[in-house]
Amino acid sequence: MTAPDAAAFAHPRFARAPRAGCDGARAPVAIVGAGPVGLTLAIDLAQRGTPVVVLDDDDTVSVGSRAICWSKRTLEVFDRIGVGEAVAARGVRWNTGRVFLGEREVFAFDLAPEPGHHRPAFVNLQQYHVEAMLVERARALPACCLRFGHRVADVAARADGVRVAVDTAEGAYSFDADWLVACDGAHSSVRRALGLAAKGQAFNDRFLIADVRMRSAFPAERWFWFDPPFHRRQSALLHRQADDVWRLDFQLGADADAEAERQPARVAARVRAMLGPEADFTLEWASVYTFQCRRIERFRHGRVLFAGDAAHLVSPFGARGANGGVQDADNLGWKLAAVLEGSAPEALVDSYHAERSAAADADIRHSTRSTDFITPKSDASRRYRDAVLDLARRHPFARQWVNSGRLSSPAVHRDSPLNTADAPGDFDAAARAAEPGAVAPDAPLEGGDAAWLIDRLGGRFALLAYATTIDAAVRATLAGARCDVVDVGATPEGARAGDRDGHVARRYDMRPGTCYLVRPDQHICARWRALDAAAVRAALLRACARG
Amino acid sequence: MATLDTNPRLEAPDDIYAMLVDAHRGLSDAESERINVRLVLLLANHIGDPQVIADAIAEATTSVRGDAPAAH
Repeated sequence: MTAPDAAAFAHPRFARAPRAGCDGARAPVAIVGAGPVGLTLAIDLAQRGTPVVVLDDDDTVSVGSRAICWSKRTLEVFDRIGVGEAVAARGVRWNTGRVFLGEREVFAFDLAPEPGHHRPAFVNLQQYHVEAMLVERARALPACCLRFGHRVADVAARADGVRVAVDTAEGAYSFDADWLVACDGAHSSVRRALGLAAKGQAFNDRFLIADVRMRSAFPAERWFWFDPPFHRRQSALLHRQADDVWRLDFQLGADADAEAERQPARVAARVRAMLGPEADFTLEWASVYTFQCRRIERFRHGRVLFAGDAAHLVSPFGARGANGGVQDADNLGWKLAAVLEGSAPEALVDSYHAERSAAADADIRHSTRSTDFITPKSDASRRYRDAVLDLARRHPFARQWVNSGRLSSPAVHRDSPLNTADAPGDFDAAARAAEPGAVAPDAPLEGGDAAWLIDRLGGRFALLAYATTIDAAVRATLAGARCDVVDVGATPEGARAGDRDGHVARRYDMRPGTCYLVRPDQHICARWRALDAAAVRAALLRACARG
Repeated sequence: MATLDTNPRLEAPDDIYAMLVDAHRGLSDAESERINVRLVLLLANHIGDPQVIADAIAEATTSVRGDAPAAH
């Protein structure tokens, strides 16, 4: 292993926005925090033509790689907002995870979904790269106003909006926004200004994250050790990022001295213990942390909304932090835009809390269980954990219990008030993956390697049809809701981008006449075996909280 | 989902009891506990039904806490 030639990432310095001109001008949406969540939401809104102001106290992207695993669902959202290809091309694709106990591999898992999906299970890319790509995209949108170097000092609720007080190097100012979305992270200043607490559980164990730059023959896989020979009685993780940067994670225990552990010499010794004495690396970033699993009780407080880490916190094992936050933004964008343009009532925004707080609870449940497995809290818990690891060497049944992090999967809003229930007996287990509340499964379409179903959906409502004759009454209903028709069957009109190799037919259990109603965030909200104008109209109203 | 069957089900109950006890013969408490958690995991997987396992956990914890219903 030799040290790579590539220089360390040079953080861009964004020009601080001048204070002049910021006073007084009312904004439809103000977003606090230009991280992955705030920027995703800002771009989504701006693409819809909703003017948005983004405030960030800093003038650069994330320091340290922080979030590194971007899920298939996040990449699909990124595709919709124009950065998916950049992130996927720059990131490191991986599907395989390996779990070791002591010197020996216990088992390996493959996260690759079935073939016929555009995006892989995960790509690894440092958060600063993703943020730089999002900033570049946001800057290309006239409706998006980025204000770096603007720190939110206070927020005050008003009946029809929010008063935002801002500090800059050139002095303070304030303005009104119809809506404010707090995407300002675990230590959210907006949450503090409103006196809101995030409740849950804090964990005592300390962990060390070390990002090192090195050339290495290790494969692009997620390696997780329980009780490794180089770090006895604790856990460790090794994961590749872009530019020959590697994420190393060491469990340190509850009694570790955080200050001593973050000293470079101490970190280097731990890295050498893992990689071997001849390892030639440079340390990019190190952080000693503990973590928490908690969330704010309500994601909506009047005209103030919370998203990402400002709303919910999880442990890093499972990549559920940033990927959960991006799904928050995906969920909220179309709803805020619809309410602002008057096509939906404010109640639609309440469904953001209903759907995303349920998703956050699921993330927290998974994350807490992973944490309990990795750092058992009692002798009994440790005995079960050790027994599972021991049995897993020989028995596949025990491997399902080995929990080194349950990796982020897309939320299914099964109990959403926006869903229309299936008619009894219409859909069986064959179409379970496409149930109301689920993300529309991707599939390849005719028209070359770059044609994917997921890219034909989203942005607006879409009726996904399969060789369906759509009568005038249904057409009028769809047109009234600006709902696109995407027919991938052999339509009488001729399929221009039909199902390739029958993937859509299988994943959606399509029969002639079957239709799915897909929301602007690509989640399915209704489906039928035969179209009926009244039913379609009712489902569209319901999906906009008007039902 | 089934519920926990607490009716007598074993043809040779003394043999089963002896098997369970003999597995711990000559072992320290720590070794016994390690065997017991493995047994629980193996049997839980074999049973497979979450309701049966939940019933068994409830019955076992109630029994240890000393507030078992008199009917048992």
